[in-house]
Amino acid sequence: MSEVVHNGYKSGSNLERVLVAGHFAVTGELGPPKNHDANVIRRKAELLKGCVDAVNITDNQTAIVRMSSIAAGVILIQEGMDPVIQMTCRDRNRLGMQSDLLGAAALGIKNVLCLTGDHQSFGNHPTAKNVHDLDSIQLVRMVKDMRDDDRFQCGEEIPGGGPRFFIGAAANPFGDPFEFRPYRLAKKVAAGADFIQTQLIYDIPRFREFMKRVVDMGLHEKVFILAGVGPLKSVGMAKYMRDQVPGMIVADEYIERMEAAVKHIDKTDKKARAEAWQQEGIRICIEQIQQIREIEGVAGIHMMAIEWEEAIRPIVEGAGLLPRPAIQ
Amino acid sequence: MIVGEQKPLAEIKQMLAGFHKVLLVGCGTCVTVCMAGGEKEVGILASALRMSTRLDGNAIECDEVTVQRQCEWEYIDPLGSRLANYDVVLSLACGIGVQTLVQRFPNVWVVPGLNTTFLGMPPEQGVWEERCQACGDCILDKTGGICPIARCSKQLLNGPCGGSQKGVCEVNPQTPCAWQLIYDRMSAMGRLEQLLEIQPPKNWSAARHGGPRRIIRDDLRLPEDYRTA
Repeated sequence: MSEVVHNGYKSGSNLERVLVAGHFAVTGELGPPKNHDANVIRRKAELLKGCVDAVNITDNQTAIVRMSSIAAGVILIQEGMDPVIQMTCRDRNRLGMQSDLLGAAALGIKNVLCLTGDHQSFGNHPTAKNVHDLDSIQLVRMVKDMRDDDRFQCGEEIPGGGPRFFIGAAANPFGDPFEFRPYRLAKKVAAGADFIQTQLIYDIPRFREFMKRVVDMGLHEKVFILAGVGPLKSVGMAKYMRDQVPGMIVADEYIERMEAAVKHIDKTDKKARAEAWQQEGIRICIEQIQQIREIEGVAGIHMMAIEWEEAIRPIVEGAGLLPRPAIQ
Repeated sequence: MIVGEQKPLAEIKQMLAGFHKVLLVGCGTCVTVCMAGGEKEVGILASALRMSTRLDGNAIECDEVTVQRQCEWEYIDPLGSRLANYDVVLSLACGIGVQTLVQRFPNVWVVPGLNTTFLGMPPEQGVWEERCQACGDCILDKTGGICPIARCSKQLLNGPCGGSQKGVCEVNPQTPCAWQLIYDRMSAMGRLEQLLEIQPPKNWSAARHGGPRRIIRDDLRLPEDYRTA
C-alpha cells in the first residue's frame, strides 16, 4: 500500500535491485506441477536457490492446467526467493487479472511477466473458450497504470494506491515478420515494460542482428533485456524445438554438435548417451551465455531448463555467474 | 455472407427420429451462395433422407420448399398454411432463419440442418474463409482493412504474437497470420508508422459481450399502429 517507502524502486523486488545496481542478472523458470503438491515447488526451488536472482512461475504453460502461478509464487517467497509470476491473457479478462494482481501484491509478489499466452488448442483442454480480452501490450499498460497512476483499467482510482510491480514482457526475436520485432518490443517499452525476457535463443547471429536494431533504437537504455537460454537435452529435443515449437529457430550447428556428442557411444547404452547429451547441452549453453554477454544491450539471461532444473547450477557456475549478488 | 455447412446426415436423422412427415425449408440468400442450404441442397438432402430412412425401414416423407430469405417475415409468412401438414420442419437456413421460423410459428417444431459457421467469403471456388466477427466497433481503418478480431487466433490488437512464422499462424498452418498480412499491407501502403501506435483495450460491450444486440432506427420505424410482429 501507499505507506510503503519505495526508495526510488518501482517494486523493490530482488530482480529490480540487481538490474538497477548494474549486475548481469540471472533469472530461472519453474513450471508448477499438474497437482496441488507444494513440495514439488519446494524441491525445484532448492535447485534454483542461490543460482538465480528471480524465478519465473509459468501460468498454465502451453495451455496445460497447472497450479496457479500466484500460489506457487507465494511458496517461493516462503523459501526466501523472488518470484516473477507469469500472467497470460488467455484465461482471464481484465477483471480477473486486476483482481489477481491485487491479490498477488497482497501476498508479497513484486514481479509480473505479461504474456499473451499459448493458444488453448496446444494444451489439454483444446475445446476451451479463450478470453483475450486484452493483449500482452494492453496488459503491460494496465499494470503500469495501476502502479503509476493508482488507477484500474477503467480509470477508477484504486483506494489507498495501486499494487507496485516490476513489469516484464516477452520478446521473440525469431518470430516473423522479423523486421517488425524490434518495433513490437518498442511498443512494449512504450506501454510500460521494465524488463524483457526473450524466447529461447538457439540462433546467436539472428539474435545479434535483432539486438543491433534494438540498440540503434535506444531501447536497451529504457528496458532491461534478459536473453532467453536453455540447455538442449538430446538431439530429439533439439529437432523438436526446431520443427514443432512455433516461432523457434534452432541453428543446425547445435543439432550437429548434439549428434556428434553420442557418435562413439553404443546406441543401446541409453544411460551413457543421455549423459553425453546432457554434458554437451550444458557446454553449449555456457558458451551461448558467454557469446550473449558480449552483445551490447543485454542486461542478463533468463534460463529455461524445462523439467531439468538440475542443469541450472552447473550452467550458471560454468558461465562464471556465481555467486549471485546480495543487495539490500 | 453468412457461411454455413450442412450437418452430417447421421445427426440430421437423429433430430428427425420419431417424425414421419418433414418439410425441408431452404433459404435463397447466403446459404444458397455458399451452397449449403439453397434449393439444390434441399433437394439433395431430401433425396438422401428418403433413401436412407427407407433403407433403415422407417421411411420419412420429405417435402421441399425454398424461400427467398428465411430471416424476414414477408418471405416466410406464405409457409404458414402448409406447416400444419408436417410433424417437423428441417430448416436449411442459418441460425437466424431457424429462429425466425420459430418466432413466427410457435407451434411448429423446427430443427437446424446446418451449422452456421461464420461471416466470410470464398477466396476461391469451394473455399470459404472468415472475415468478420460482427464485433460492433469496426477497426479496419487501423489495421489496413484486415481484421485481427476475426482472423487472428488470439484476437490481438497489437500483434503479431511470438508464434507467427513464415507468414502462418501457429494454431493452424493453413491459416495465414493476420498480423503478417496487416504488416505486409501497411508496409506496401507506406503506413507502417500507424502500427507503432498502441491500440487500447477494446470496448467489447459493442460485441456480443454486452448481451444480445439490437439496433433501433426511429427514422425507419413504422408508427406503432402499423407495426407487425
